[in-house]
Amino acid sequence: MAGAGRAPLHARRVREAWALIAPMALVLLCVAAWPLGRTIWLGFTDASLAGAGAGADFVGWENYYAVFGGQAFGVLVDPQWWRSVGNTLVFAGVSVSLETVLGVMVALVLHRRFPGRAWVRASVLVPWAIPTVVSAKMWAWMLNDQFGVVNAVLLDLGLIAQPLAWTADPVLSMVSVILVDVWKTTPFMALLVLAALEMLPRDIYEAARVDGIHPVRVFVRVTLPLIRPALVVAVVFRTLDALRVFDLVYVLTANSPATMTMSVYARRELIDFQSAGTGSAAATLVVLVIALVAVMVLTAGRARMAEARP
Amino acid sequence: MTAPRPGSVGFAAVVALIVAVSVGPLLYAVMTSLEGGGGLFTPGLWPDEAALANYAAVFRDQPFARNIANSIAVAGAVVAVSLALAVTAAFALARVSFRGRGLLLGTVLSVSMFPQVAVLSGMFLLIRSLGLYNSLAGLGLSYLMLTLPFTVWMLTTFLRQIPKELEEAALMDGCGPLTVIGRVFLPLLWPALVSTGLLAFIVAWNEFLFALTFTLTAETRTVPVAIALISGASQHELPWGRIMAASVIVTVPMIVLVLAFQRWIVSGLTAGAVKG
Repeated sequence: MAGAGRAPLHARRVREAWALIAPMALVLLCVAAWPLGRTIWLGFTDASLAGAGAGADFVGWENYYAVFGGQAFGVLVDPQWWRSVGNTLVFAGVSVSLETVLGVMVALVLHRRFPGRAWVRASVLVPWAIPTVVSAKMWAWMLNDQFGVVNAVLLDLGLIAQPLAWTADPVLSMVSVILVDVWKTTPFMALLVLAALEMLPRDIYEAARVDGIHPVRVFVRVTLPLIRPALVVAVVFRTLDALRVFDLVYVLTANSPATMTMSVYARRELIDFQSAGTGSAAATLVVLVIALVAVMVLTAGRARMAEARP
Repeated sequence: MTAPRPGSVGFAAVVALIVAVSVGPLLYAVMTSLEGGGGLFTPGLWPDEAALANYAAVFRDQPFARNIANSIAVAGAVVAVSLALAVTAAFALARVSFRGRGLLLGTVLSVSMFPQVAVLSGMFLLIRSLGLYNSLAGLGLSYLMLTLPFTVWMLTTFLRQIPKELEEAALMDGCGPLTVIGRVFLPLLWPALVSTGLLAFIVAWNEFLFALTFTLTAETRTVPVAIALISGASQHELPWGRIMAASVIVTVPMIVLVLAFQRWIVSGLTAGAVKG
């Protein structure tokens, strides 16, 4: 606590602090808050992007839900929107679960000391370092139905009788998208878990080893509870990231309805269909869905993310 | 699953599998990029004829050198602006306690969780009204929304770890806050600036949705859009050799960068996520 004589000094420091924060806050207002507000507003208008938002009329909830001549219109009654929500939830749920399990396994392996460990650790970083568009293209080529190496190997091994349409078949294309995402983001998970593992005290493990406790039991009873906070934060980050997925799905399967996510849907309305109104309404719904999931995950995991203590 | 000991055959097999899955696809892309036109369509593991024809074609058929220069220019500018804005803000957020600080940090963090598509139409109108549509400046502006929140967050985390006595001595000597930042903190902070800047560079270098939406012509495209839009005579005749060559060209520098700075990147990621 500052003494009475230091109070003016503190007041001056607070003024200086706001002056230092102002440029950053101003830029964020311009490039984040204002565009978001504009998007939400456009969702209630019949604007088209070609008209630069000028001359747009307020239409209320029509972009979300409206009835004309006994027929319902709007994003909320579009079956493809709900399919996109479902696709996104399936994608996020399955890929984050797989990444978490695989990430913990890879981290446990990398936590051991063995010759060449630094090289293995470096090689694990490779998928993370590859741009998403590039990894989508690389896998699109490997999963190519006619010339892809994946089909060639599976055929050679006799595991499949004929080539599979990895990126065209409705079910397989979702499998492919999840596969590529898991490949690309497991390193992130593994690195965060590894960082948590390396902060654990080693003497606990010595004690467990001396007592002859089975390694799996040690993992479940000791390691897992200790790395749980780091794991929760990593899962929250990855889940929010997966819910807004765009690049991977768009490059791997384009606007295919079977894998279309919420972001791909909103962009299609906005750009391909040139409908700023419904596109913005869909984009607003994306924010709401993600916020809802974030609240649910945070409540479940009781992660204290925004808490800022010096 | 029982945990195999290091040195056992099982452990070696697991390690080999991890390495193969991580690096294999990239090696396959390199091999594809080296194959000539005919060898490409016989699925197999090894190139029939090593050739750099695909690499030459990438630069011949589209302004790929220009696309690379665009990506470097945009990412470089975004890193410089983000760090300049973030380091002063982070100083205030980390070192001065004032009402609303936690709320401000929380707001900044929540911006980094924004889905990009949520600002797409608003950002489009902003960029167009500034006359920056189809320009690198407009693209760079939009990228600040992606890089600024986490640079502020990471630098704030780093700055909190520096002992308070250091700046108090400088403040007592009557130095202003900018002098304190420049003289006292920057020398201590540069490893953090490198790892934060590198992550911001990677974000800007890889970004796809804004680049696809806010640029129109081949000359203003960045690398990810250029690669995504490489097309052949028809939908079913994609020039995979060239696509893989372009992919290898933009991926190898990133991998070199990430591996060279891997310790700093990992410490940056964990500071941003675990301690957050």
